[in-house]
Amino acid sequence: MSQVIDATARELAAQVRSGARSAAEIAATFLERNDAVASRLHAWSRRDDDRARHRAAAIDAEVAAGRDPGPLAGVPVGLKDNFVTAGVETCCGSRILAGWIPPYDGAHVQRLAEAGAVSLGKCAMDEFAMGSSNENTPDEPVRNPWALDFVPGGSSGGSAAAVAARLVPFALGTDTGGSIRQPASMCGIVGLKPTYGRVSRYGMIAFGSSLDQAGPLTRNVRDAAAVLGVLAGHDPRDSTCLDEPVPDYVAACDATIAGARIGVDRSVIDHDGLDDDVRAAFETSLAVLRDAGAQIVDITLPHFAHAIATYYVLATAEAASNLSRYDGLRYGAQQTRPGLRQTYEATREHGFGDEVKRRIMLGTFVLREGSFARYYGRAQKVRTLIARDYAAAFASCDAIASPTSPVAGWRIGEKQADPMAMYLSDVFTIGANLAGLPAISIPGGFCRATETMPRLPIGFQLLAPRLGEPTLLALAAAHEAATAWHEQMPTQVQS
Amino acid sequence: MSVADWEPVIGLEVHCQLQTATKLFSACELQRLAPPNTLVDEFTLGLPGTLPVVNEAAVRSAVALALALGCDVQTRSRFARKHYFYPDLPKGYQTTQGSEPYARGGMVEVPGDPPHRVRLTRIHMEEDAGKNVHVPGEDVSLLDFNRAGAPLLEIVSEPDIRSGAEAAAYLRELRSIVRFLGISDANMEEGTLRCDANVSLRRRGTTELGTRCEIKNLNSFRFLALAIGAEIRRQADILDTGGRVQMATMSYDADRDQTRVMRTKEEAADYRYLPEPDLPPLLIPAAWIETMRACQPALPAQLRAEWTAAEVSEADAELLSSEPDLAAYFEATIAAGAPAKKAANWVTIELLAKLRADERTLADCRVQPAHLAELIGLVEDGTLSQRAAKQVFFAAYDEGLPPAEIAERDGHRQVSDPAKLRAIVTEVLAVSDKQLAQYRAGKTALRSYFVGQVMKKTRGQANPKVVSDLLDELLPGDAG
Repeated sequence: MSQVIDATARELAAQVRSGARSAAEIAATFLERNDAVASRLHAWSRRDDDRARHRAAAIDAEVAAGRDPGPLAGVPVGLKDNFVTAGVETCCGSRILAGWIPPYDGAHVQRLAEAGAVSLGKCAMDEFAMGSSNENTPDEPVRNPWALDFVPGGSSGGSAAAVAARLVPFALGTDTGGSIRQPASMCGIVGLKPTYGRVSRYGMIAFGSSLDQAGPLTRNVRDAAAVLGVLAGHDPRDSTCLDEPVPDYVAACDATIAGARIGVDRSVIDHDGLDDDVRAAFETSLAVLRDAGAQIVDITLPHFAHAIATYYVLATAEAASNLSRYDGLRYGAQQTRPGLRQTYEATREHGFGDEVKRRIMLGTFVLREGSFARYYGRAQKVRTLIARDYAAAFASCDAIASPTSPVAGWRIGEKQADPMAMYLSDVFTIGANLAGLPAISIPGGFCRATETMPRLPIGFQLLAPRLGEPTLLALAAAHEAATAWHEQMPTQVQS
Repeated sequence: MSVADWEPVIGLEVHCQLQTATKLFSACELQRLAPPNTLVDEFTLGLPGTLPVVNEAAVRSAVALALALGCDVQTRSRFARKHYFYPDLPKGYQTTQGSEPYARGGMVEVPGDPPHRVRLTRIHMEEDAGKNVHVPGEDVSLLDFNRAGAPLLEIVSEPDIRSGAEAAAYLRELRSIVRFLGISDANMEEGTLRCDANVSLRRRGTTELGTRCEIKNLNSFRFLALAIGAEIRRQADILDTGGRVQMATMSYDADRDQTRVMRTKEEAADYRYLPEPDLPPLLIPAAWIETMRACQPALPAQLRAEWTAAEVSEADAELLSSEPDLAAYFEATIAAGAPAKKAANWVTIELLAKLRADERTLADCRVQPAHLAELIGLVEDGTLSQRAAKQVFFAAYDEGLPPAEIAERDGHRQVSDPAKLRAIVTEVLAVSDKQLAQYRAGKTALRSYFVGQVMKKTRGQANPKVVSDLLDELLPGDAG
C-alpha cells in the first residue's frame, strides 16, 4: 500500500502510462486508505467511490488501447467543493446549495479529466471559501492530520488535510486571501496560488472575483508544477483569464537558483505578532536558500500594514455581490414561505452560516450609495499602491519570502469567537491576491511540541512577479532538495 | 394659474433590445418566439461558477447606433453590477454600464411641425431580465428566462422634450433610426422597445428644473403621449394649489387616464453599484469605430433632406422614411429612373393604400420598384393615361408582370399619333352635321361630345391632349 500512497502524483502517472500499474489498483488502494483513516479527518464533503472506479477502469482501457490518457493518468484527486462538477452535488460548504447537482463541468474538472486524473470526490471547505480554519461549515469541521483537535487551516482545509494524510496524491484548492497556502502551511504540504488569470475561473464558485485563483495542493513541488501545467492556459469562457503561453513548469523546477535574489521586508518579520518558532523556521528556510546559491536582500513594502483592511473591504463587497444569486428560486435549498420577500429572507437566513452573513453585511455596507467612494473606492486605490510596492520591490529581487502564517496553528474553536483575530492570520498571504501575484507555500519545518502545542508544520512562502511561477518553482524545488520536511507522514493518520 | 403657466420638462429613457443571434454575455441563442425557458444556458440561469463574456456583435450594434446619433463613442468603458432582488433577475444583479458608459452625448433630429432637436446624455449597454408571468386567478407567478441576458441599449435623453406629442415623435424617430440600422425591430408591443419618461414642471420663463417623477413601462406611442399629459396635469394641480411635487416613480392607468405613485424616493432601492470584476474594461479600438463610421447606412433625416430637395413634400418624406423597407423601396424606384415627386405620390397614395386595404406588407408586394418606375415612365411619355395607368398598376399588383407588358396586352396604350387621330377626328366631324350646326350656333359645350366620340372610336386610348389640339384646329372658329 505504501508504495502507492507514498508515491508522488508524477510517479503514479508514469506507472499508469507505462502500464506498470493500473489506474484501478491505484484507485482501489486510495479508497482502502480512505476507508481506514478518512473518518478521523472529515476532509471530504462527498466521496464518489463508484465514479472513481469507473473512471479508473476507463483510463486503463485507454492505456490498453495504446492511447495516452495524459500527464495525470490514473492519479486520484480531491476537488474542493467549490469546483463545479457535472452530476455530482456541489455545495461550496453551504446549506444554501444543498442538493444542487450541476449540469456542467468547470474548466478545472475538464482539464483534469483530459489529463487523466481520477476524482475521488469533493473536499470539505469553509462555507463559500470564507475562513481560515475550516470551522465555518454546517458539517463537522476538518481536522489537522498532525493533531486532530487542531484546525487544518482554511478555506481549502479539506483539500490540504486529504493531501497531507495521503488520502489523495493531490487536490485542488482555491485561494482568495491565502486559502490554498495557509492550509498547506498548517498541514505541511505544498500549496500554489497562480498569477491572477493564469488559471480559468470558469466553473469555480465565486467568492471575491478579482482575487480568486484555483491551484494545486501537493506533497512536493514538482507535482505542483505538473498540476499547474494542466490547469494553466487561456479559457475564452473567462474574460479575465490570461492568453499567455504556458511554460514547462516541471522543467522550471530544475533551473538553477544561483544568484537569485530573495527579498525580505524585515519590518514585517520582526514584530511581536509573529510566533517565535515560525520566525526561527523562516530564518532556517532563508539559510537553506542562501546555501543553495540565492542572495537575501532587504526590501520594503510600505503599504503592507493596510493589506488586511483593504482586502476585507474588497473581498466582502465582491462576495456580497456574488452571493446575491443564492435566492433558492432556481436551485439550492429554498425555504418556502407565503410571500416572496419572506421566502428570500428565510432561504438566506437558514442557508447561510454566520461568517457568510457577516461578510455579506460588511460587503453590503461598503457598497451603499454614499459610502462607495469612502470604502470601496479608497480600498481600490490602496490596492493599487500595494501592487506598486511589489513592483518596486521586484526591481531589486526575484522573489519575496515570508512565513505563510504568523502561527503554526490553533485549536478548533479557539478563535471562533474572535473573527478579527482570524482575519489577522491572513496577514502574509493577502498581498499576493491583492496584487494578483503568484505565491507558493512549502513545508519549512515544525514548531516545538510543548504542553499546550503539538508539533505542527510551518510553511515558508515565496511570492514572485506576475507570471513568475517558474521562478517560484525553481526556488521551492531547491529548498525541497535540501530539506526533508515534505517527506514526513502526519502522526494522526499513520494507519 | 393653470397648466398653461407651467412648462413641462421631459426626458426619456428608452430601452431597445438588440437583435443579435446570441445573448449579451453568453453564447445562448436569442430569438423572439420560443417556448418558455428554452433559450437558457448555465449563465442565463445564474448558475454558480458561470462568467460573462461580452458579445462582439452586440457591441457592433451598440456602436452603430451611437455613431448614427452622433454620440462620442468611448474607446474605454466599463460594466458594473446593479443589485436588487427579484425573481426574474437570475444573478441578483443586472450587469449594466454605470458611471462609464460606452457612448456620451449625441442628438436626435425629430421631424414634425416644428422639427426639434433632442440632445442625448448617454447610451449604455446592459442585459435584460427575464419575465414574471402572473397566472390570472392563481396565487403563483411563473418565470421565463428566455429574455434574460438579451442585449439592451438604454438611450438616455436630456430633458429637451416639452410635450407628450414631442416625446412620441422623438421615440418614433429613434425607432426609425434603429430599424434603418437593422439592429432591432424595435417593437413596442413585443417589448423590444420600451420607454420610461421623466417629467417635471417649471414656471414658464424660468430655467431651474423642478422635481421630477418617472413614469415607468410606457408600452405604446399613444400611452407615452397620454401618460405624459396626465402627469403634467397632476403636477400642475399640485403646484397650482401651492403643493410640492415629491420625487416618485409613477405608473399610468390608461382606463382612468391618470398617473399614480408606485413608490416614493424614500422607498427607492439602493442598487449598490459595483464595477463588474468578471469583465475587464471594454476597449473599443478607435480604428474599429472609424471603419464602422465609414459604412453607416443612410438614415431617415438624411433621406428626408435629399427627398425634399427633390420636391417631395415634408409629409411624404416623413412617411417614406418611417420604415427602412419602405425607404428602400422608394429609393429603388427613384434609382430606376422615376422622378422623386411622382414616385412619392404613387408609393404613398396608391401602393400603401392598396397594401393597407389588403393587409399586406411591402415584403409581399408584387410590384417591383423597377416596375413602378416603368409605369411612371409610361405616364410621363404619354403612353398611358393617368386612368389607364391605375388599371395597369392594379393588374401589376395582382400579377407581378411588367406594366409595359400589361399595357400592351390589355390595350391600354394611348394613341398619340397626330396623323392617326386627325383621320379619326375628321371622320367623327364628317358624321356629326347636326352637332356641328349646334356648335356653330354657340353650343360650345358640345366639344366634349366630339371628344367622347373620338374616345369611343379609339376605345379610350386617344391621347386627350392631342385630341384637344386637333379639335382646336378642326372645329369651326369661335361662334363663327
